[in-house]
Amino acid sequence: MKIELSEEQKLLQENVRRFAEEVAKPRAKEIDESGEFPRSFFDQAGEIGLAGVSVPEEYGGAGMDTVSYTIVIEEISRVCATSGVILSVNNSLVCDPLLKFGNEEQKKEFLTPLAAGQKLGCFALTEPGAGSDPSGLRSTARRDGDDYVLNGNKVFITNGTDADVALVFASVDLAKKHKGITCFIVPADTPGYHHGTHEFKLGVNASGTTELAFDNLRIPARFRLGGEGEGFKIAMATLDGGRIGIAAQAVGIAQGAFEEALSYSQQREQFDQKLADFQAIQFYLADMATEIDAGRLLTWKAAWAKENQKRYSLEAAQAKLFASEMAQRVTNKALQIHGGYGYTKEYNVERYFRDARITEIYEGTSEIQKMVIADWVLNKA
Amino acid sequence: MAILTEPTLESASATSGIDFGLTEDQELLVSEIRRFAEERIRPGVAERDRKHEFPVDIFREMGEMGLLGMMVPEEYGGAGLDALTYCLAMEEIARVCPATAVTMSVTNSVCCWPINRFGSEELKRRVLPPLATGEAIGGFGLTEPGAGSDAGSLRTTARRDGDFWVLNGEKAWITNAGYAKYFVVVARTNPEAGKRGLSAFVVPADAPGFSVGQPEEKLGLKASLTAQIYFSECRIPAENLLSQEGQGLKIAFATLDHSRLGIAAQAVGIHQRALELAVAYAKERVQFGVPIAQHQAIQFRIAQIATELAAARILMIGAATQEHTSQAGRLAAQAKLYASEAANRACAESLQIHGGNGFHDDYEISRLYRDVRVTTIYEGTSEMQRMVIARHLLQK
Repeated sequence: MKIELSEEQKLLQENVRRFAEEVAKPRAKEIDESGEFPRSFFDQAGEIGLAGVSVPEEYGGAGMDTVSYTIVIEEISRVCATSGVILSVNNSLVCDPLLKFGNEEQKKEFLTPLAAGQKLGCFALTEPGAGSDPSGLRSTARRDGDDYVLNGNKVFITNGTDADVALVFASVDLAKKHKGITCFIVPADTPGYHHGTHEFKLGVNASGTTELAFDNLRIPARFRLGGEGEGFKIAMATLDGGRIGIAAQAVGIAQGAFEEALSYSQQREQFDQKLADFQAIQFYLADMATEIDAGRLLTWKAAWAKENQKRYSLEAAQAKLFASEMAQRVTNKALQIHGGYGYTKEYNVERYFRDARITEIYEGTSEIQKMVIADWVLNKA
Repeated sequence: MAILTEPTLESASATSGIDFGLTEDQELLVSEIRRFAEERIRPGVAERDRKHEFPVDIFREMGEMGLLGMMVPEEYGGAGLDALTYCLAMEEIARVCPATAVTMSVTNSVCCWPINRFGSEELKRRVLPPLATGEAIGGFGLTEPGAGSDAGSLRTTARRDGDFWVLNGEKAWITNAGYAKYFVVVARTNPEAGKRGLSAFVVPADAPGFSVGQPEEKLGLKASLTAQIYFSECRIPAENLLSQEGQGLKIAFATLDHSRLGIAAQAVGIHQRALELAVAYAKERVQFGVPIAQHQAIQFRIAQIATELAAARILMIGAATQEHTSQAGRLAAQAKLYASEAANRACAESLQIHGGNGFHDDYEISRLYRDVRVTTIYEGTSEMQRMVIARHLLQK
């Protein structure tokens, strides 16, 4: 065992940190308040390979390993969680399934511009009545000659306001429940494709989260990803990987909040001494650092397992569960260390605190992670 | 692609500096130790706990297997293994018997380790081979009745008298007292110099003026003996000084930085067993017409125990594999802090899953629940770990 980054990974970490500080950080507060989707950030991230970190170079990606991918998401989320999730969705939920399940033609036509950041992708699974239980989705896809015709509604679609391509899950036969679910690659300029406008949320406010609607949307059958009825399998496999990205996002948010708290505690004085001189504050910081390290290592372990084609479903669920709940605790303590100032918009911690909350919900709630973990531990181990 | 296509990054694809896999040797060793623990240690565990019986013969076997001087170089009779392998072995022993594990930890971590690191060549040749092979058990005397977390305030004295050091004082909570043959002891050699006036020695149990008190009655780890040790004009050879005069506290802290790994591993082993017991019981126990494992509240508890186990183990691995770095002290403290607190939660939750049966002596979880409690206390309380961690974070 060796738990040290390679020289290349360390260099990547440094470079992405610099990029995050220079490009993502200056706009983090502004886009949080306005909700404006930071397309220019995505474009610039794409130019340096961050839109398809683990996609081979022949398909427009950076060809790096999965641990490197978690480093990218952590470093971006450390300064701007919104920017982190935009990249996580494009990498994990769009590029990854296209690479894994797409045919050569689909990879050339769709994966390549997405991985290069020339196009932005979104992942459309959730519906108003199908959240944790996607098998209850109601969107339909009807075969019509060489085409499919899609109808239905999707909600909570990250990148939805700006996406150029959507991976859409719809059923070819509702009676078959999850066995009817099929995945389609849908260009956003297809007639019958509608997206909503920006929706204000508690956190990650500029991530373009919105509704999608398909109204007799017609696409050629060659846009189907995988076979009919394979959509559920594709979605589950994709979310296993996505959880590694969200775990990395949670670690980044926690790390950013921790650094703010550490520095604040060394400046702020009360009772004639620095906050950092109080044992209660020191103990908060010690617990925060300990849990962040645990979250990061669990994330790396899941990424390492995925990279080495080992089982990673359990590891990804554990990393996501632990890291997201850890981020909630750490950002809460970081805000507490800031006292009243932490509750104001003058400091960044209130944003970190709000941004952390979603990591326990999306790409599988904590409850879904526990179901996955319990199933492994009780029935498969 | 400015950032990612710099020449140095070309080779980054596919190769990762990180490796979470065990070597074949490690896997083999772990399964060997697990078999030994199940076959040799498991059978008498409950009885030894009840009778407070120290399993001398088992330690002899463990010594022969190389489990008592795991990190001691082979030239001094040890197994010459690394800290990670030691942690993996500790985990396996603690999974079956935490009391046996603590004797293993003390001999390896706080007796052999400082002697190997700070002892003279002559001293190492004299005392390490018997310790590493199980011929002699080791002990460590730092804590005193009035000096627990604040070790620097200890009052046991050592004065030089020709070719000897003469010790006077008492030490408390000494694991293995009564069975150990060699103790690493920290005593005050210069009353004027405060924390810099301490020195560390190897004290043989047969030294004149050395004696052992009555075994303490404890909440858990009953098969491990704990007692006070006393020095009354206790004479030891001058060569038994570790390093130099005045280095005692530095040696003690370096030793504890290292030994925390072993306690983290002990906690991980207990945690692992608490999970196994919860899983087995939940699958077998039927209430409301179904095994309780089918109730979501039980499933979620088990998922939580398993996830915290993964977190504790990965912190232990991270600390053990980075023992050579400047962050070693912080990482070991983090691993010990988290693993011990998580193991306490795991045992409490596992016991709860067992319901009334978990409260009964016939069920293993009730013993683990008692045994695990000390892991947040010894080798530095959780509060001391947080102080160590914060000191690193704030670079004091």
